[in-house]
Amino acid sequence: MQEKKRLKVGEHITELVSDSGEGAQKASVAFAKASALMGNGLWTVEVIPAEIQPPPHTVGATSGNRIRFGNKPMTNTGDLADVVVAFNEMALKGRMLNNMVKDDMLVLIDSQWAGHPVHKKTYNEVLDEVRRKGGTVIEVPIEKEAARVVDDPRRGKNMFALGVWARLYTRDLELVKSCVHELFAKKGQEIIDNNLNLVQRGWDWGEEHLPLEIVVETLPELKPMLAMNGNTAIALGAVAAGFELCSMYPITPATSASHALADFFEDLGGFVHQAEDEIAAIGVAVGASFAGRTALTITSGPGMALKTEFQGLAVMTETPLVIVDVQRGGPSTGLPTKIEQSDLLHSLYGAPGDAPKIVIAPASIEDCFHVMITARKLAEDFRIPVIVLTDANLATGQQMFDRPRLSTEMLPPPLDLSPVPEEERNPFDWDEKTGLSRRHIPGQAGGTAVVTGLNHSRDGAVAHDKDSNEHSHTMRSRKLATLFSTLKAPVPHGAEEGELLLVCWGSTRGAIEEAVDRMRAQGASVASLHITFLSPLQPGIKAVMQRFRKVMTIELNYSDKAGDPLITPDNRRYGQLAMMLRAQTLVDVDCWTRVPGRPLMPMEIAAVIAEELGMREAATSVTQETVA
Amino acid sequence: MSNSIYDELLESECEIKEYELEDYESNTPRWCKGCGDHGILSSVQRLLRDRQIAPENVVCVSGIGCSSRFPHYLKTYGFHSLHGRALTVATGVKLSRPDIHVLTVMGDGDCFSIGGNHWLHSIRYNTNMTVLVFDNEIYALTKMQASPTSRQGQYSNTSPRGAYLDSLNPLTVILGITNCSFLAQSATWLPGHMDATLQRAWDHKGLSFVRILQKCPVYMPKNFGETPGDYPAQFLSHTEGVPVDRGLLRTAPAVEHDPRDIHRAREIAQDSERAPFGLLYHNPELPSYEELRHGRVTRMAPQERLDALDRKLDTFALKLDD
Repeated sequence: MQEKKRLKVGEHITELVSDSGEGAQKASVAFAKASALMGNGLWTVEVIPAEIQPPPHTVGATSGNRIRFGNKPMTNTGDLADVVVAFNEMALKGRMLNNMVKDDMLVLIDSQWAGHPVHKKTYNEVLDEVRRKGGTVIEVPIEKEAARVVDDPRRGKNMFALGVWARLYTRDLELVKSCVHELFAKKGQEIIDNNLNLVQRGWDWGEEHLPLEIVVETLPELKPMLAMNGNTAIALGAVAAGFELCSMYPITPATSASHALADFFEDLGGFVHQAEDEIAAIGVAVGASFAGRTALTITSGPGMALKTEFQGLAVMTETPLVIVDVQRGGPSTGLPTKIEQSDLLHSLYGAPGDAPKIVIAPASIEDCFHVMITARKLAEDFRIPVIVLTDANLATGQQMFDRPRLSTEMLPPPLDLSPVPEEERNPFDWDEKTGLSRRHIPGQAGGTAVVTGLNHSRDGAVAHDKDSNEHSHTMRSRKLATLFSTLKAPVPHGAEEGELLLVCWGSTRGAIEEAVDRMRAQGASVASLHITFLSPLQPGIKAVMQRFRKVMTIELNYSDKAGDPLITPDNRRYGQLAMMLRAQTLVDVDCWTRVPGRPLMPMEIAAVIAEELGMREAATSVTQETVA
Repeated sequence: MSNSIYDELLESECEIKEYELEDYESNTPRWCKGCGDHGILSSVQRLLRDRQIAPENVVCVSGIGCSSRFPHYLKTYGFHSLHGRALTVATGVKLSRPDIHVLTVMGDGDCFSIGGNHWLHSIRYNTNMTVLVFDNEIYALTKMQASPTSRQGQYSNTSPRGAYLDSLNPLTVILGITNCSFLAQSATWLPGHMDATLQRAWDHKGLSFVRILQKCPVYMPKNFGETPGDYPAQFLSHTEGVPVDRGLLRTAPAVEHDPRDIHRAREIAQDSERAPFGLLYHNPELPSYEELRHGRVTRMAPQERLDALDRKLDTFALKLDD
C-alpha cells in the first residue's frame, strides 16, 4: 500500500469524461449521490455530445459529468476543474480546449493508450501539454483491470474508474456501493455483483497505487434534502401543482422533463400526451385548460416559435395555460444541448398583436419545483398563459435543496360545475379596475358561450368596432398591472447602494452572486439584483438601480460589444433584459452578455466587475487566470 | 360521468327540462343566403334536441373559415380556435373532460390543408368526438382560393388559369389511417340523409368523421350541379348504415355496402365516377384514446395524491435512513 499525501479542501470541482456510451454519466451519478449523502453541498452538470454515438476517441465525443462539491450549498457550476478522470486523451483535450480545467489540475487517465499504435502519439502529446502547464498525471490501467472482471470492458470500466475516483476523494465505499446497487437495481444479480466487484477493485487499485488522497469538507449540518436536476424538479412540481395533463412534443433539452413525468405521472393522477407536433401539443393543452383543468406544455426555443399563434389565442380567449420553455442556444437549431437565455423577448413579444402574458424565470433547481405551483395559480387567477423560462443548465444540472413540505394548498380546487347565476353569464365579465373576470367551465348550466380569437366584447360576441377593440386590449393588459401591484420589489445582493449593480435573471444568479461576494471581499463596491418576474417586471427595480453609479445586465444571450467595428451607441444591440430595462426605466443600462453555450463561471463575472471598477490586480487574484 | 344517485334525485325531485330547438339557437347566422352551412346548423340543432343533450354538456370546437363560425350560432359551449388547429383543441377538451360531448367543425382547407397533420393523427387517436368537415371545394372566407379538394382546372384567384393538380380524395386518405373507426359522407342538398348521417355519427363511440359536401352559393354556385340529380353519386345502403329512402333514389342509385368491410369501403372511396353517400366504414370495437389514457391513471383524493408524491420524493432524498 502506498503512503498517501492527504490534501484537505473546502471544495473541489472534479470531472469524469469518456467517449459517449462508456458510462461516465452513470458512474458520476453514483459519485455525486454518495457525496451528497456524506454531507457535501453539490452542483453537477452533464457534459453531453450533440449526437448519440459520435465518432469515438474524438474531442466531439466527450461525454461525462462535472461535479462541484464542498462545505457550502452550491448554487452554480463554479470555475475551472481541479481533477479530471479521463477514459482517453481526446476527452481530456476537449475539456482543455474549452478552458474548463485548471492548469495545475490532477489528471487520472486510462493508460491503455500509451502503447496503442494509433493513439499513443496524441496520448503523449496531450499528457505532455498537461505536465508542461503544471498539471500532474496519474496513469491508471482502467480498461485492462476492468477486463479481468467483465468480457466487454467498455461495459464495466466506468465502475472500476468510479472505485479509483472514490478512493482518491476518500468517499465512504459502502455508500458508493449502495448508490451503484440502486443504479442497477432493475438489472439481474450478476450485473449488480460484477459492478460492485469492479468498484471494489478500483478502490483497491487506488489504495495500492495512488500517491495522494483528497478530503473535501462537508456542510456544517444535514437537513432533509433532495437532489435532482431541474427538469425532474419541473416534473415533480407539476404533480405538486395538481396538473393532470402534460401535452408535449419531443425537443432537446426540454424532453427529459416529460420523460420524468411519463415515468410516474399515471401513478400520481395524470398523464403525458405526446402530440403529433409542437402546435398540437399546445392546442391540446389549450383545449384541456378551457375545459376546466389547467394543462401544461413543455418545449424549447424552436417549439416556442411554433406555439406562438396558440399563445395569442390563449391570451385572447383568456384561457389559463402553463408553458415551460427550457431555453437552448439559438437561433434556429443553434446549440440544441447547450444553455442560452435568448427566448426572453420572444416570450414577451413573440405572438402577433399585443398579447400580454406572465413570464417567470426560476433561478435554481429548487425554484423549478415551486415555480410550477405559482405558475398554475397565476394562470387560473388571471386567465392568462404563464411562461416559465428555465434553461439547459437548470435542466441537466443537479442540485441539492430542502425537501418541500407538500400541502393541499398547492392543488387546484375541485371543478365547480354549479349553474351560473343570471347576472354572471357574460364570459368576459371584466372588472374595470383589474381586468379580471370569472370563467365558466363546460358543464356549468347557464354559462354557455363561445370563446374566440376574434375581438369580442364582454358578452363574448364578436365585435369589430373601435371602442370594443380598445376596451378588450385594455382589460387584457390591465391584468398585468394588477399582478404587478401584488409583487414584491427584488432585494439587491451584496449592498443597497454603490458603484456597480449587476442585474440578472434565470439560472445565472448563483454564479453572479458568488462573484459579487468574492469581489466584495476584495473591497469592490458591487451588488447584484436578480429579477424573477419578467412580465410584469417586478416593482422597485428603477429605485434600486438609481442607487448605483453604473448598472449593467449579465446575460447568456447575444449583444453587440461597445467598441466593436461599426458598433455605435446608435446601432448597438443590447442583451434582452438590458433592452427591457432601458425601455421601461429610461436608465442607461449597459450589458455584458456572452453566448458560450455553457453556464457562466463566477471568475468570468469577477473579471467583469474588476474591469468595470478598475481593479485589475484583484481580478487576477480571484480568477486564477485571465479569461478571454 | 354517470352518478346514479344524482340521476335519481333529478328524476324524483326536480322537474326535468325538455329542451326545445330554441335552446340550441344563439346569434343569427351571418352566412350568405343559400349557403349550405345553414342546413347543417339546423341539422345539428335537431340532433341535440332529439337526443335531449343539455347545451352546457357540449363543446363545439372550430377552426377558421366560413364553416368555423358555427359555434357562434349554436348555443353550447364553443371554442372558435385557429386555422387548421380545431382537432387539437377538441382532443384537449375530451382528454380533460371525457364527460363532455365534443363536436368539431372545420372546412376543407382548414382540415385537409393547413390542418393536415392533426387530421391524420386525430383519426389515429380515435378520441370520442364527432367531426364534421364542410367541404365546398374552395376557400370562401378569404375570397376564393383553390383548396386541396378543388377539382383540376377549377378557376380561383390563386389558380386563374385553372387548378394544376388533381384534387385530394379525403376519403381514401382517412380509410388508410390506422384506427379509423367511422367515416360517412353526405351533402347539404340531401337534408334527410344528412340528419340520419349525423345521428349515426353522434352515436358512435370513437372519432366519427363526416364529410359534408356543401355548396358555396357565391363562389361555386354550380359546383355540385344545379339540382341534386346533377352530381354523380351513389347511396350506400345497409341495415347498419344510413337509411336510404325512396325519394333519394330519384337522384342517384344505391349500392349495398357492409360498413364493416374496410376493403370494399376503400374501393368505393377510390371510385372517382360517383361520390358515395352514406356510411363507408364503421368499427365500434376500437378503444377511444381518452378511454385508453384515463384507464391507466390512478385516481386519488388530493391528500392521497400528495402522499404518493411524497413517497416519490423519497427516491430523490439524501438521507438513507429516512
